[in-house]
Order: sequence, then structure tokens, then C-alpha cells
Amino acid sequence: MLTQRIIPCLDIDNGRVVKGVKFADLRDAGDPVEQAQRYQLDGADEIVMLDVSATTSGRATALETVRAVRRVLSIPLSVGGGIRSVDHALALLAAGADKVGVNSAAVEHPELVGDLSDRVGAQCVVLSIDAALREDGNGWEVVTRAGTNRTGIDALAWAQRAAEMGAGEILLTSFDQDGTQDGYAIKLLEAVRGVTDLPVIASGGAAHARHMLDAFQAGADAVLAASIFHNQTTTPNQLKSELAESGVEVRMP
Amino acid sequence: MTDPEVVILNTGIANTASVIAAFERLGCRVLLTDDADTARNAELLVLPGVGNFSSGMDALLETGLDQVIRERVEHNRPLLGICLGLQLLCTSSEESPGVHGLGVMDASVTRFPAGVRTPQHGWNAVGDGYAYYSNTYRIESIPAGWDGIYSTHGGEFVACLSRGSILACQFHPELSGSWGESLLRKWIRTSVEVSSC
Repeated sequence: MLTQRIIPCLDIDNGRVVKGVKFADLRDAGDPVEQAQRYQLDGADEIVMLDVSATTSGRATALETVRAVRRVLSIPLSVGGGIRSVDHALALLAAGADKVGVNSAAVEHPELVGDLSDRVGAQCVVLSIDAALREDGNGWEVVTRAGTNRTGIDALAWAQRAAEMGAGEILLTSFDQDGTQDGYAIKLLEAVRGVTDLPVIASGGAAHARHMLDAFQAGADAVLAASIFHNQTTTPNQLKSELAESGVEVRMP
Repeated sequence: MTDPEVVILNTGIANTASVIAAFERLGCRVLLTDDADTARNAELLVLPGVGNFSSGMDALLETGLDQVIRERVEHNRPLLGICLGLQLLCTSSEESPGVHGLGVMDASVTRFPAGVRTPQHGWNAVGDGYAYYSNTYRIESIPAGWDGIYSTHGGEFVACLSRGSILACQFHPELSGSWGESLLRKWIRTSVEVSSC
């Protein structure tokens, strides 16, 4: 039986791991290779790396980081952040990513998803959706450019289009919950689950196993977290033991 | 066993970096090629695969690698097929109707049934361990003349098949952690013994 995944996320800026709250206030949190290796040993099912570098040299460094992480990693590596062209995505795949995630550029140029999918297959293409509750509280809209741009695009309509556009997975981050440790955005997750058959990774807000259980029950196939792993509050294996007791199918060591 | 050389086929449709890294971690020398003669003479040959059935077959036909792979299977020369690399050994696939596969296995590739999550992204139980999958298509039963193991996703499907030093995996051993590493190590050991006979 297919198990539910726990995915530690590394935000990378200029070759270093950083962590912020609501996509801002970035602090240095370590070496990506060391951390990826530790997470792998601790039972991570996959690693997501998001390049948050704002500069060209930072993005070049990200390719080096992907190569270095790939050398030590025997589990899947998904890479996203600032991917604006098919060539950029192909370079990341050649460097050792198994999947690439597109976000802002896909909103601006939806054909990017299909072009990429035609080249590498849908299973390598992740549509990253950053969603925020609308200011009137009525539904969710897609936000881009690290949350600074509210697009007005309905997040559910966008998620519904993911499969036909050529994506093989959705990484759904709640802008409202990110970094809060108040739990995943369960209503958003349930709503997205209702409009797509693609695998959905829940992201933003995890503090403990209970939050992850809620996300799985709301229809997530995988849960992503950053802070709780950086802070060494817990490990994927520890969370899996707790989740298994609640009846969630997980890969045990 | 010292530094066996693994030749990985570069069909332009696979993410080969992970496969290369996995064999390098096992101490192998790795050569990436699309040259038919190099592949024919390789001690250990890997046919990786990500992408679609039709473009996978096109890549093999263009380079003459289709014939090389058929010969290797026929003569039990070490071959590892991964994901699409397994599917290409079959006769056909629902993914690309009308396209002939290599046909060395009497099986046709079909899509997972409606109602199960596709693509299947993640770890699924295989025998005593877990393997990482990333697939939408699979074969439903073990073809005649092959040994195999099943996984379950909307019913049983074939996880991997073997015969002598030929190993074909629907999952990605290169992404299946220490369980995958053991499987690769075992394939190398079996294969090196066979080819030195």
C-alpha cells in the first residue's frame, strides 16, 4: 500500500539553509548537505529544496547545492523556487533534482507547465501553489513573488487546472499558516482535495504529529515541514511512530 | 569485487543524475552513453527511464539500442531497467497506443485504475521493505518466464521482475534509500559473477 510521506523542506539562499516566517525575516539555519543527510537518516521520505535567492549568483549557487545534495541523497529530491523557464528547470534536473516545482512563473505563463511536462513527463513537474485567504474571507487566492503579490486568481480553480496543464503533483502552501506552527490550513486542503485527483503535499504551519494527522485526514498525500526539523523539535521517524499509532500508513525504518 | 563499471544509457528522457549518484555511492565507475557498441560491450548496463513510452522507444530506435537490449536479454547479459526502462521491455503500453515496445517480456503496460491516486508518487511496500515509485502506468501480472514481486495500488501490480542477471524495477531503486542500495548491490554482485563465468 502506498504510504503517506513526510517531507522536510530546506529553504536555500546562496548555498545556505535559511528559515523565515511568512516568507520573510530569513535567518541562517545551516549547511544544506549536512541537513539533507541528517533528514534522510531520520526517516525523511523525500527532500524539498526551495531556492529563495533573489540574485543571479544565488541561483547559480543553487545548481551547485543541488549537485552536492544529490551526491549524498538516496531518496527523492524536489527543487523549486524562482524557476522561470524550461531551460532553468532542465538544468536543475540535470544537476540531480528528481522533480521541479514551478510557482510564480506558472501563474504568469501557464504554458510553462505544459512545455516542461512535454519535455520531462508530468511526474517530474510539481505545481507549487501559494494560497492566501481572501481579504473578505471568502475563498482563497493565489499569491506569488514570495507572497508580495495577491493575484486575485481563485486558488481552487488554479488547482483544478493543474493536471490538464501537465503537472503531476501539487505543493500547496498556505500563506496564512506558513511559519505559525498553528497547523495546516485544513479547510483549504479539503477544498483543493475536492477539485483534483493529483497528489497534494500540504505545507505551512506544522508543529506536531496531530497537525499532520489532520492534514492526511483532509486528503493530503504528503506533509511538508521546515522549522520543526531545523529546530530539532522532532524527526520524521518520531512523527511516523505517532502517526502509525493513529492508523496512518507510513514507511517505518 | 573492485570498481565495476556501470554503463547508463542516456536516452535524453531520463533524469540520470540520481542513477549516476547511486552507483557512484556504491563505488562503481559510471559511464553515460547512447552509443550502441559501448552498450553492447558493457559489463553492467542500465536502462533508466522517466518520460513517456513513445519517446522512450523513439530514443532507442534512433540509436540502435533497441537491438542491443534485446540481445542482452536473450543472452542473459547484465541489464537493469528502471521505471519506464521496465515498461519498454514489454510489448505495448496504453500510454502510447500503436507503439511497439521491445517485446522481450510478454506483457502489456496499462494505466492504474480510476479512483487511485495518479501519478503514484511515494513509497510502497515491496516484500520486506519499501520502494519509491513515480508512475502512472504499470503491468498487472508477472509475465511467463520471469520471477517477480508485487506491490499494491488499486490492486496488485508488478514491483520488479528478474531472470538471471536481468533486473527490471517499476520503482526507483536509486531513490529507495538503503533498501534500494542493497538491491543495486545485489544486482551488481549477481551480474559480475555471471559475466565472469
